Amino acid sequence: MVRVFGRKRVVILGGGPGGTMVANHLARRFNGSLTGDRVEIVQITACTKHTYQPGFLFVALGDAPLEHFERDQASLLLPGIRLVVDPAESIDPQAGHVITESGAVYAYDYLIIATGSYPDPSAVPGLAQGALGFYTAEDAVRLREALGRFEKGRIVLTVDVPHKCPVAPLEMVLSLDAYFRRMGRRHDVELVYTYPINRVHSLPQVAEWAQAEFERREIRWETFFNVDRVDPEQRVVYSAEGGEYPYDLLISVPPHRGAPVVAASGLGDEQGFVPTDRYTLRGAGLENVYVVGDATNLPVSKAGSTAHYEADIVADNVAAAIAGEPALRRYDGKVFCFIEAGDDRGTYIEFSYTRPPRPAPASVMLHQFKMAYNEMYWLSARGVL
Amino acid sequence: MAVEQGKPQAALRGTNHAQLRPDKVVDARGAYCPGPLMELIKAIKAQPVGSVVEVWSSDQGSSKDIPEWVKKASHELVYVVEESGYWRIAVRKGH
Ligand SMILES: Cc1cc2nc3c(=O)[nH]c(=O)nc-3n(C[C@H](O)[C@H](O)[C@H](O)COP(=O)(O)OP(=O)(O)OC[C@H]3O[C@@H](n4cnc5c(N)ncnc54)[C@H](O)[C@@H]3O)c2cc1C
Repeated sequence: MVRVFGRKRVVILGGGPGGTMVANHLARRFNGSLTGDRVEIVQITACTKHTYQPGFLFVALGDAPLEHFERDQASLLLPGIRLVVDPAESIDPQAGHVITESGAVYAYDYLIIATGSYPDPSAVPGLAQGALGFYTAEDAVRLREALGRFEKGRIVLTVDVPHKCPVAPLEMVLSLDAYFRRMGRRHDVELVYTYPINRVHSLPQVAEWAQAEFERREIRWETFFNVDRVDPEQRVVYSAEGGEYPYDLLISVPPHRGAPVVAASGLGDEQGFVPTDRYTLRGAGLENVYVVGDATNLPVSKAGSTAHYEADIVADNVAAAIAGEPALRRYDGKVFCFIEAGDDRGTYIEFSYTRPPRPAPASVMLHQFKMAYNEMYWLSARGVL
Repeated sequence: MAVEQGKPQAALRGTNHAQLRPDKVVDARGAYCPGPLMELIKAIKAQPVGSVVEVWSSDQGSSKDIPEWVKKASHELVYVVEESGYWRIAVRKGH
């Protein structure tokens, strides 16, 4: 139980894993006794629903409906947390307040920015017209429909920089291979995977494992492929390095941007990510502002697990600050990611700023663990796990 | 003292790197995933043609991977400098 001197208001922007875990962890630290006259936790978000984004992969492949991965945001918050569904339009760190779309002004003592990251197909000429995706709920549903209609031909998967969940593109192509084999149509489908750097994944160990899988499953790949433009009429995707692929179906992971409110408030870098101290998670040069999850500019994977570990640190440090104690916890860059390998097998990687990852051999048990975590996520969001 | 790595002669030709001020510095030390090269690509994309981005990497592989991409993507490698425990690699955006 944290003792509080004077009334404090914590405003949390964003109702994804990052914002929700900070809210619930903080509420737990105040032992469920948020009275509003001493500590008030206000979560401001853009949507009444909370969506578990890793589920998009399963939605696109027809393994589960979208609703399976959705909950009402209000149902995930501990008692005493105030939920406001009214997107923030601007943040003013000088004045110490946030203004929402409806014009309401929320003053804060501490602000947590957890507004996430978003694919922006408009950043590449022709991409929005020529490609489908699986990084938003709508895109995953559209892709499921397109895959259902797809008879034969070449599917090209492209990956832009930056993007969240660095393993999802690999999972998608491996799962597509399994999907078409299951349908008995694999021989009618050519799969091509492209990647921006000189191997098929940023981690050499994962790249080595994935490349062996590609060879075994006859998936073609091309490295050093940064999408420059797409010709939706001719159905050709061109890379900045001079490569080109005609396609029948293009699946892209477009470049990501931070939430528009960050850029609109002048708090972002060129792509709308908030410059953040890699250890304290404070917004650089900002008073009493912390940043969690995809919204940071940190050179770590934009992943739910990153948001989870960061949320823990920020909640402890904000609770300490409210109690007038020193904020002692530091984020060490920890990330944990399951990797779906297709064929009901999975693996995982874990690493930090100082500890390199070592992928475990893929197994059915690790796949089942991932499937179980997909259900247990809701406990993580509530700050239980 | 800084030690030049990679192909210092080619990289340094025509450039006094001690005086060159990069337009943007990206600290990607300790970045395993997405990694220093991805951080560089992200930064280059956001800069105007002709600007210089310097990326810091604690991964020795970067001193090979980054020059390889720079060549493939027709940008210009300005310098590769080894500091204690990390590399500073500067790239000029070519197009
Ligand atoms: C296909 C796919 C697969 C993935 N697989 C994995 C995986 O296996 N493992 C893993 O760890 N991660 C995975 N991820 C990544 C993970 O989902 C994200 O990294 C995570 O959701 C980031 O959490 P966040 O809270 O920072 O942002 P988000 O979850 O994006 O949440 C942002 C929140 O901010 C709100 N918001 C936006 N603008 C405003 C505003 N102006 N005012 C108020 N609120 C606002 C939004 O409504 C939302 O609630 C995957 C992602 C995708 C797309």
